[in-house]
Amino acid sequence: MDDLQNQDEKSSGRGSTRREFLTQITVAGAGLSFAPLIVNTETKVPGSQLSVIQPVNVTMVVNGTKQTLTVDSRVTLLDALRDKLMMPGTKKGCDHGQCGACTVLVNGRRINSCLTFAAMCEGDEITTIEGLAHGDGLHPMQAAFVKHDAFQCGYCTPGQICSAVGLVKEGHAKTDTEIRELMSGNICRCGAYQNILEAIKEVQAVKLI
Amino acid sequence: MEPFKFIRAQDNNNAIAAAAVADAKFIAGGTNIIDLMKLNIEKPHQVVDINALKLDKIETLSNGTIRIGALVKNSDLAYHPNISKNYPVLSEALLSGASAQLRNMASVGGNLLQRTRCPYFYDTSYPCNKREPGSGCSAINGYNRNNAVLGTSDKCIATHPSDMCVAMAALGAIIHVQGAKGMRSIPFADFHLLPGKTPSIETTLKHGELITAVDIPVMSFAVKSHYLKVRDRASYEFALASAAVVLDVQGGRIQHARVALGGVGTKPWRSTVAEKVLTGALNNEQTYRTAAEAALSAAKPYTHNAFKIELAKRTLVRALTTVGGMS
Amino acid sequence: MNELVGKPVDRVDGRLKVTGTANYSAEYYPKNVAYGVIVESTIAKGRIKNIDITTAGKAPGVINIMTYKNSMNLHFPQSSDPGGGKYAEKDLLPLQNDRIFYGGQAIAVVIAETFEQAEQAAMLVTADYEKDKPVFDLEKNVEKAYKPVAGLGGSQIQMTRGNTEAALQNASVKLEETYTTPVYHHNAMEPHATTAEWNGDQLMIYDATQSVMGSKNLMAAMLGVEPEKVRLVALFIGGGFGSKGFSWPNTVLTAMAAKLVNRPVKLVLKRQQMFTNAGRRTQTIQKISLGTDNTGKLNAIKHATTSESSFVDEFVEPAGVATAMLYSCANADINHSLVRLNKGTPCPTRAPGEAPGTYAIEAAMDELAYKLNMDPIQLRLVNYNEKDEQKNQQFSSKNLKECYQRGADAIGWAQRNPKPGSIREGNYLVGYGMATATYPANRSASTAKAVLFPDGHAEILCGTQDIGTGTYTIMTQVAADALGLPIEKVKVKLGDSSYPKGANSGGSQVSASVGPAIRAAALGAKSKLVKMAIADAGSPLHGQKEETIIADNGQLHLINQPDKGETYSAILNRHGLDKIEVLATTNVSTRQQQEANPAAKTGAEAQAAQESKSNPAVQEDEHTDRKPYSFHSFGAQFVKLRVDAQLGTVHIDKIVSVMDVGKVMNLKTAKNQIMGGAIFGIGMALMEETAYDPNDGRVVTRDLAQYLVPVHADMPEFDIQFIDKPDTIISPIGARGIGEIGITGITAAIVNAIYHATGKRVRNLPVTPDKLL
Ligand SMILES: Cc1cc2nc3c(=O)[nH]c(=O)nc-3n(C[C@H](O)[C@H](O)[C@H](O)COP(=O)(O)OP(=O)(O)OC[C@H]3O[C@@H](n4cnc5c(N)ncnc54)[C@H](O)[C@@H]3O)c2cc1C
Ligand code: SF4
Ligand code: FES
Ligand code: FES
Repeated sequence: MDDLQNQDEKSSGRGSTRREFLTQITVAGAGLSFAPLIVNTETKVPGSQLSVIQPVNVTMVVNGTKQTLTVDSRVTLLDALRDKLMMPGTKKGCDHGQCGACTVLVNGRRINSCLTFAAMCEGDEITTIEGLAHGDGLHPMQAAFVKHDAFQCGYCTPGQICSAVGLVKEGHAKTDTEIRELMSGNICRCGAYQNILEAIKEVQAVKLI
Repeated sequence: MEPFKFIRAQDNNNAIAAAAVADAKFIAGGTNIIDLMKLNIEKPHQVVDINALKLDKIETLSNGTIRIGALVKNSDLAYHPNISKNYPVLSEALLSGASAQLRNMASVGGNLLQRTRCPYFYDTSYPCNKREPGSGCSAINGYNRNNAVLGTSDKCIATHPSDMCVAMAALGAIIHVQGAKGMRSIPFADFHLLPGKTPSIETTLKHGELITAVDIPVMSFAVKSHYLKVRDRASYEFALASAAVVLDVQGGRIQHARVALGGVGTKPWRSTVAEKVLTGALNNEQTYRTAAEAALSAAKPYTHNAFKIELAKRTLVRALTTVGGMS
Repeated sequence: MNELVGKPVDRVDGRLKVTGTANYSAEYYPKNVAYGVIVESTIAKGRIKNIDITTAGKAPGVINIMTYKNSMNLHFPQSSDPGGGKYAEKDLLPLQNDRIFYGGQAIAVVIAETFEQAEQAAMLVTADYEKDKPVFDLEKNVEKAYKPVAGLGGSQIQMTRGNTEAALQNASVKLEETYTTPVYHHNAMEPHATTAEWNGDQLMIYDATQSVMGSKNLMAAMLGVEPEKVRLVALFIGGGFGSKGFSWPNTVLTAMAAKLVNRPVKLVLKRQQMFTNAGRRTQTIQKISLGTDNTGKLNAIKHATTSESSFVDEFVEPAGVATAMLYSCANADINHSLVRLNKGTPCPTRAPGEAPGTYAIEAAMDELAYKLNMDPIQLRLVNYNEKDEQKNQQFSSKNLKECYQRGADAIGWAQRNPKPGSIREGNYLVGYGMATATYPANRSASTAKAVLFPDGHAEILCGTQDIGTGTYTIMTQVAADALGLPIEKVKVKLGDSSYPKGANSGGSQVSASVGPAIRAAALGAKSKLVKMAIADAGSPLHGQKEETIIADNGQLHLINQPDKGETYSAILNRHGLDKIEVLATTNVSTRQQQEANPAAKTGAEAQAAQESKSNPAVQEDEHTDRKPYSFHSFGAQFVKLRVDAQLGTVHIDKIVSVMDVGKVMNLKTAKNQIMGGAIFGIGMALMEETAYDPNDGRVVTRDLAQYLVPVHADMPEFDIQFIDKPDTIISPIGARGIGEIGITGITAAIVNAIYHATGKRVRNLPVTPDKLL
């Protein structure tokens, strides 16, 4: 299934372009295609050049890469990741701290990126779902999620995985009940909870992280 | 959200100076204020980020008092060995609140000032005296299942949502603040205000004052304490009713008692009447039930929340039983 | 050969999902994209007197504000066929006039350079209304109820047999109770999201939908453009549960906004808006009357449901439909009434009808069992049926007795003390409960294309979509088996309206509908290859008989001479072909009211119809006689739980679900689906409820802190089992679909267990602690 994966990696905001994907299948009239993505965020953040009243500069390290942004002070870390850095792996489920879909690790701790202004992250190290794996392999938690089928639609999944990585690091969850309690900030409406538990237990048991 | 100027404060004075302007607000964890700003409920035009301030320590003073910096994260406080061992009520209250992520963000200072979750307060298309003084209260005759039964007024019946505050009320914490005119300390019981006629004024903190620390005074018997929270789902929800209980039982008799309730009051609800019933009484069901009756005796039900009165009583009885046992 | 179907293979899209590289509809970045935010009405009924956009229009970054005054004209779409797309508000096109029919109705769309700017300006739009008195309380307006003629897609919802009233009068034992369920909201984790871009008169649109084909057709119809000019893509959908089955105003509004500002526009509903503008499960009031003889044999069943719809469309929650066929009973009266309210239109929600319906009937059956002093399973066995008595048809396959047996064994049913309130553990009362699960097996016409490439890999194209149920994976398994290819060599492409028309993701029909089409296309492609080899003097298989050749691991060879053969690549390369393509349509529908689709005249579907005539897999499938059969899945749900005796909190310890869903295509994804359904059921039973303001009728509990769905800490231990007997009548694949049955029966099993634990019968969901004090 590498092809499906490749196809979508192309369309996802890093690397190459939407055009390749869209031209795979010709549509009547063709030529319907979204423009190539801007990957170099240090050039221009979309929209921010226009009438932003209160711009803020912020430098943060996102998945190991230093990013300097000038953003509207209102931009949350979540929207900075999704809309400015075009890293949509981190999801927006509620925008109010009520679902956990936006969970990322800031300086190693799991937090809700929807309730953090990007401007508050000056000097912080942010790890998102896109930055968990090193190289081509999957992070052990990601691999365990695949193995245990710990998702369905996949929308809560990046948040669940980042949260699970944070949970293991925190080291407060020993029993199933404790894992469940401390993962309760991540809602999965598809209901993959049992499989998420299995995945976390496996990673925790073999001390993979 | 309205545009605002974002200022990174470097020290206390700096922060206080920046927050002096009329519509300025501090931001710590951001978990409450950003939530409310997104909904146009809070509309600061200057936001002062205080996270660089050196207020993130938990220290034990020479007299045994635990001093908690205002920026200490809820999770760090909950898992601090001194707290989890000697003040389990506080640790449990913190861990029953919100989610692991939010506790990693939420600060002690911000938690003290978190605002109600009354659904009408959260929806600017409804009148709400707390949000817009004089506009009316949509909850009193509206959907009020989660509203308060204690300390309500004809202007507002909003529940104070914090769990941490309930434990701190029981422990008799002291809040230290610093303002342009210097420092002052506020006993916990004097910090939060009843809604009365001015539900928009929620605490005795003055505009621009910075909370620097919270002290937990020595209370050796707090080793035996407990926080019990009852809700519709098992986690990640505010309380329907909760109880913070500290009991010192010796030889079948209660020597000291501290009781506070959550989820039912318009402020963190320390119940001195219940404490009075308990102090000196035998540690049995009869005592606990009498204390619970006393604690809720002034309760006033509204259309959808009458159940909270009985639920709060039972929650308190259970918490007392858990801590004090039965002789 | 190693069959993949039935194996618990990992999801083929798993890697994308765990690395954050699966893209959902808001995650495309057309150049120069602008952001749209919907402004909602703050009244539930009336008229906009004046809408003031001056301040908002001056806010920084605002490009334009679309109201009914400057929006383009829309056309009413024709189709109400759920397969062809259904617009949620039949009689109300968005932003076309000043009338307000429900709180939260869209009154404007602000389009700005950034999300933050659009959000701010949206707060600055104000409207003056001429307020009218809304009707919003179902219970207070039951006298306004009327009997709708039919349900969604013309389905039958008013059904009788025998003389129920007389039978009830003569019954030795009678039970008559009313069960209510509140309004529920789907709350898929991904909010409805659309990114739209016009290029001249062509529209490219990324939309979170359960029906790429339906949504595309609707957009074309409403916007008044040729369907060929619209392309709609949904590669990944963050859950739907029915809410993305209909098309809601947000999608067409995004396209309209993009036209207005002549730029691509992205518009994502806020979570709060998901409570007003994206469907819901209606409140139901269900009156159940049961009559039996002294042995518990049912002789009368009456299931009368009153539910609500909006003033802009008619949707009936068909709660009683399952009751019509669930038990053997000579007399039955199943009816549905509807009250129109000033709320948004309701829509299907995971197991529409069956979820609330099995709650009511299965709770009533439990009550009846206690009344008769019978074991609840025994009561169900006494009334067991082998045929659908309402339709007078055999079930295509039914193994429900085995489900009861296995479930009872797994939960320890026989060992429990059946007396209510009898099992105490410390502060807790322990209870066991069971119920029957059921969901119809649906199938509709689908077309798929199989393409074989010279490098030995294959692609399958089908315009259906994977909403998280595992369609990508299961279809890869089906195709790989049919093509004789390893799983890595097959790429299934879904979620694009430019592919041949596949089924919508509703009614658990995708596997049963799309699977056979994909299988037929794949078998067709393989057979084409075989024929080429036989006819080719250069092939080692030259002149062999087709039946003696099998395909395995990318090679064709003789069955009893595995070394005699060649690879697919060799055949294609020798013929200088860059691909082999086969289209297939399996034109089968299990919906009685719906005849098989008329053949398409042009396009891929027409070609597919042509090609299918000579496709043996299609012919065999289409010629199976399905008329004598009723298609349903069944299952048994068992629950063990604890109720805190003083505090009224409920914790479920264990759920056992034993499901008879035909062939299990993939044990991993199948278990996940059933658990997911059960968890939805936990929400229904214990915590979910949308509250409306009692004075103005608008939603009060509009976020995920107030509308509670189950979290990790609510989870029980699960034991999910399958009968796994293929249903050979519904399709050659043998699967009956699995997305919805998991939620059926579970809610009743939970309330039945609460009764067993406490002796308290709660008939109004959800069973929150206050109801058990
Ligand atoms: C989904 C959700 C669920 C939650 N569930 C619970 C729960 O179950 N129980 C519970 O108790 N809480 C719960 N919370 C609330 C949470 O605990 C509070 O939001 C949090 O404690 C606020 O702290 P903060 O540092 O993030 O405050 P901020 O949001 O940064 O600030 C809150 C307020 O305090 C002011 N402020 C902050 N620090 C200072 C200071 N040092 N001096 C002066 N003013 C200051 C700010 O100006 C602002 O007005 C929940 C929150 C969410 C979003
Ligand atoms: S109870 Fe208080 S917060 Fe709620 S609507 Fe009334 S005034 Fe506002
Ligand atoms: S999007 Fe941040 S918690 Fe839901
Ligand atoms: S996988 Fe869909 S919400 Fe969790």
